[in-house]
Amino acid sequence: MINIENICFHYRNHPDILQNISFSLEEGQFLAILGNNGAGKSTLLKCLNHILKADSGRALLNGKDFMAMSGHEVAKYIAFVSQIVPNTQMTVRDMVMLGRKPYMRWGFTKQDYQIVDRVMKRLNLDQDINGRFLNQLSGGERQKVMLARALAQQPKLLLLDEPTSSLDIHNQYQVLKLVRDICRKDCITSIMVIHDINLALKFCDRFLLMRHGEVYRYGNYSVLDPSSLKEVYDIDAKMVEVEGQHMVFVTN
Amino acid sequence: MNSAPSQLAHNGAVRAYRKNQIKSVAFLTMLSLILMITVLFALKAGSYETPVNELVKGIFGTSSDSKINLVVRNNRLPRICTAMIAGAGLGLSGCVFQAILRNPLASASTLGVSQGASFGAAAAIILLGLGNHSGIGVPFCAFMGSISVALIILGLSKFRPISPEGIVLSGVAISSMFTGATTLIQYFADEVQLASLVYWTFGDLGSAGWDQVTHMGIVSGFLILYCFAHRWDYNALLSGKETAISLGIHVQRLTLVNMVLCCLTSSIIVANVGLINFIGLVAPHIVRMAIGNNHVYLIPGSALTGAVLLLLSDLCSRSIINPVILPIGAITSFLGGPLFLYLLFKDGNQL
Repeated sequence: MINIENICFHYRNHPDILQNISFSLEEGQFLAILGNNGAGKSTLLKCLNHILKADSGRALLNGKDFMAMSGHEVAKYIAFVSQIVPNTQMTVRDMVMLGRKPYMRWGFTKQDYQIVDRVMKRLNLDQDINGRFLNQLSGGERQKVMLARALAQQPKLLLLDEPTSSLDIHNQYQVLKLVRDICRKDCITSIMVIHDINLALKFCDRFLLMRHGEVYRYGNYSVLDPSSLKEVYDIDAKMVEVEGQHMVFVTN
Repeated sequence: MNSAPSQLAHNGAVRAYRKNQIKSVAFLTMLSLILMITVLFALKAGSYETPVNELVKGIFGTSSDSKINLVVRNNRLPRICTAMIAGAGLGLSGCVFQAILRNPLASASTLGVSQGASFGAAAAIILLGLGNHSGIGVPFCAFMGSISVALIILGLSKFRPISPEGIVLSGVAISSMFTGATTLIQYFADEVQLASLVYWTFGDLGSAGWDQVTHMGIVSGFLILYCFAHRWDYNALLSGKETAISLGIHVQRLTLVNMVLCCLTSSIIVANVGLINFIGLVAPHIVRMAIGNNHVYLIPGSALTGAVLLLLSDLCSRSIINPVILPIGAITSFLGGPLFLYLLFKDGNQL
């Protein structure tokens, strides 16, 4: 159970970016944060993750406030997949090992290596690819490595900042399917910032519409009705259902 | 019995990774061997003819020829140790600068840290009248000079994000500022001071005695231990600042502590052997080209490569026009310049 209570944040010399953000999630749920550019979506994600320090508010994970924890401690509960995918000359397995960094004392233990190899096997990264350098991989493979790194942290909460923004449509579906299936199975709660509403409808089960740094609407897919889409994105759109799958269709 | 097939699958899975690991370890071993061979050559090079076995005995002071004992222990060995320690320190600090600033073009000499240190040292020698080898006065002033450069760089990058090229350009500005200031000080110096200062800015490995070697050794040794303990922090920084924070790393503190440690190391080296350019920039890149960017291997690799490069440069400087000893700073600049240009202009300049 995750309870986010009254999170506020502002940059220096700027009006409030986030105002009283509150919502709660059950274990294993997959939340999409939607909204137009500058609504504060990524800022919210960074506040949850100690990358930015929130002015006030609490974030409870099974009753423990992880806003009050040290950055080192938080890394054992929350993993973050950034929008920026590194393109460096480091092997895939070393990159995934990085996920064990929060648990490391002087060096990695045998258990750390086992966890990493298990995660890599689940993401099909256990073939010859694990010895290749990150800058020799395609965008989709690299994003999978980042996901593996985050899962190696064995988080309770997984934060994803536009994980599909640089991927082709095949990899968009593949990566998000992996996230959904693994998180459901392991009961990891996920929060994802994403621009593609239809991708969100396909994979997520909770939706948070943000507008001017506030929660505009929060709930299941039904919050994406024409009036709120008009209000948040200023588009005329309607929800259609194709083979049992809800989709947003822009009419104007 | 049951675990046998899974064990097999496991071995197959990590084989590609193991290959990479073995390559990295082999590279480090090769570097150590090259270093050892270079040390032997450097021991042998010199005007006093010495057979190899006598040289080795000379290291322990047990050679039958007492002259060999003297030459090896008081002359050649301190010089070799100076070259190795200074090279290792510069290579390592370059590697750390590149990691924490996430900038492949960073190093003590391109950031202006060395120039700041040499200004501090020049000020100490001429304005404060401290001798070149009198205690910690000169190294301390060199440290103050270099740390002020580091603070300027950190301040600028806090004020607004600077691109890698931007940092190097500001390094150019800062170094020309400090070089100008050093020139001004030289202008007001008397002839004897001027001669010693100019000679010192050339870079000189020969003047350091065992005391200086010990000072540099302690600081460089500490830097190596500290960096190796934080090797995965640097690896995390490769994925960007935000990812590093999300992995529980206190990026601000790490940056500050590393800046101070690297400034300390490079200023003590500058204070003792003068300005030596490019070793810090080039050494990490050579290792990176060979085995990649994992700091588990990059840190010892950069130190070893730095040591080999400076020792080789010293060997060149002593043997090109025998018995004249060319200034070491000139040699490293001459060899390092083209490599720097290559790094600057090759595309896909990824750290």
